[in-house]
Amino acid sequence: MKVTEKDVAYVADLANLELSGEERAGMVRDLNSILDYMERLNALDTSNVDPMAQVSNRYGIDESKQGSQRFAYASREDVPEGLRKSLSQESALANAPDADETFFRVPKVIER
Amino acid sequence: MRSDAVSLLHFDFCLLPLPVQLTQLSIDTARSAVQERKTTALALAEAHYARIQKEDGQIGAFLTLCKERALEQADRIDRMAAEGKPLPPLGGVPIAIKDVISTRGVRTTAGSKILGNYVPPYDCTAVARMEAAGAVVLGKTNCDEFAMGSSNENSAFHPVRNPRDLNRVPGGSSGGSAAAVAADMAVVALGSDTGGSIRQPASFCGVVGFMPTYGRVSRYGLIAFASSLDHIGPLAKTVKDAAIVLRTIAGRDSMDSTSADVPVPDYVAELEKPVRGLKLGVAKEYFGDGLDDEVRHAVESAIDKFKSLGCEVLPVSLPHTPYAIPTYYLIATAEASSNLARYDGVRYGHRAPGVNSLSEMYRRSRDEGFGAEVKRRIMLGTYALSAGYYDAYYLKAQKVRSLVARDFEEAFRKVDAIVTPTSPTAAFRLGAKSNDPLAMYLADIYTVTADLAGIPGISVPCGETREKLPIGLQILGKHFDEATVLRLAQAYEQAV
Repeated sequence: MKVTEKDVAYVADLANLELSGEERAGMVRDLNSILDYMERLNALDTSNVDPMAQVSNRYGIDESKQGSQRFAYASREDVPEGLRKSLSQESALANAPDADETFFRVPKVIER
Repeated sequence: MRSDAVSLLHFDFCLLPLPVQLTQLSIDTARSAVQERKTTALALAEAHYARIQKEDGQIGAFLTLCKERALEQADRIDRMAAEGKPLPPLGGVPIAIKDVISTRGVRTTAGSKILGNYVPPYDCTAVARMEAAGAVVLGKTNCDEFAMGSSNENSAFHPVRNPRDLNRVPGGSSGGSAAAVAADMAVVALGSDTGGSIRQPASFCGVVGFMPTYGRVSRYGLIAFASSLDHIGPLAKTVKDAAIVLRTIAGRDSMDSTSADVPVPDYVAELEKPVRGLKLGVAKEYFGDGLDDEVRHAVESAIDKFKSLGCEVLPVSLPHTPYAIPTYYLIATAEASSNLARYDGVRYGHRAPGVNSLSEMYRRSRDEGFGAEVKRRIMLGTYALSAGYYDAYYLKAQKVRSLVARDFEEAFRKVDAIVTPTSPTAAFRLGAKSNDPLAMYLADIYTVTADLAGIPGISVPCGETREKLPIGLQILGKHFDEATVLRLAQAYEQAV
């Protein structure tokens, strides 16, 4: 068993999930079965292979340029009003589970 | 089927029960019927709503209908037609939108309880472009929660059933979009594809599903699952309809910095070019263990059909294909665990009642709001990114992703496109894989590779099994060469 109940509790904590006792047991079983299958990647020698984080690294980027200039294709004019009008406060708050007319309302923050 | 629709429209227009007929039109026939005042956009929308009313109780393809918005748009199109103005390319065409795609003022749930009451304040760029081209949005289609699934059984609301056999799944995660098109409840639909979520349901439901090149279509307004893999694309009854939709939604969008600044060809005009002389690759890695015999036979017959159309068929090697599923599920879950961190019960979505602290609010809201598969993927992704495991899992997967992409680069030096089955089997029964997450992941074995490499791919119907279940043929192409993929798919579609 690679993943223990303790690992599941630790990862759930990182992911801000609580998980019931039953869910934790299921998670131990499923993560082990899935990660076992993932082990087959170790059959490949990747010591000389670069990681691929984005497909878009493969087009658009001008490798002859330095720093952020390489991404010039995706840049735009820096206009104060932005690309479109910002959402009104009313519509930004419209989906909030709890808000007054100005702010999102949350339980007390300072603890833990 | 489509050419029948054309002749019916012109010769027997008054003899048929109208609502049936109006739900069987292609984009062009629907648009010209509205333009020529043989019908109205309003009648088209109403006919589709009537069909939804009649059929969708048992299929479950739609989560939300937006009749007011649809009829308003239909009325605008009808007034244009009445004034004799030329209609835009999708004028009056009724469409459906997968529920991971934002629609201003229309509930958008991503198939999740955590967004059960979410009403977006803006439209996804793809939706805005479809409506600007005259399309009439009928409603939002069911999907696996946050597009995580291959059967649509992970919807928090209800599963979708395959219109061809109600005991079977429609595929996933765009199962609602595929079923809506297959059951004539929409002319075309938008879906999203992260590991096969457009192509696999298209294959299971017997429709066309197209995933464009990564970056070809803006994702602004698409609820994020795995940002380096997510795509928006069409599900349609014909290849031409898919090409019309792609032409409408493709192209640089300043609201999405990952949308590519690459010229968009006229995909519809490109369909007319000949396929004779094109080189097609066949990779043995897509015909190995686990491929159903009937699917193998259908795809091999399709390959023969391409030969008879004058294409040259060559063997290609894609040796890292067996590593694609573990690579995909490590990268996709890692990205998902980060993207889904935003669901915290503060700005939108579900908040657990009666909580006493911020941290309890996060945990309980997420616990109550997310379904089992979403939690599993968040856990797997968080684990793969956590200290001590990052190099062994996430970084390793990113390196193997380079190898999978390199396989395609090398193959495409020899060939113009690659032909494979879309899925190893036809549609499976509801419940057949729902207790075994790994078995479900393996359903994506032939589709995840294109998402990892960022290349375009289509699924086009290629026959049926003995049980009358549709089989899908997948055609993969080079980066930004959607035109060749569509052209081959249409040549095949018209030859059978």
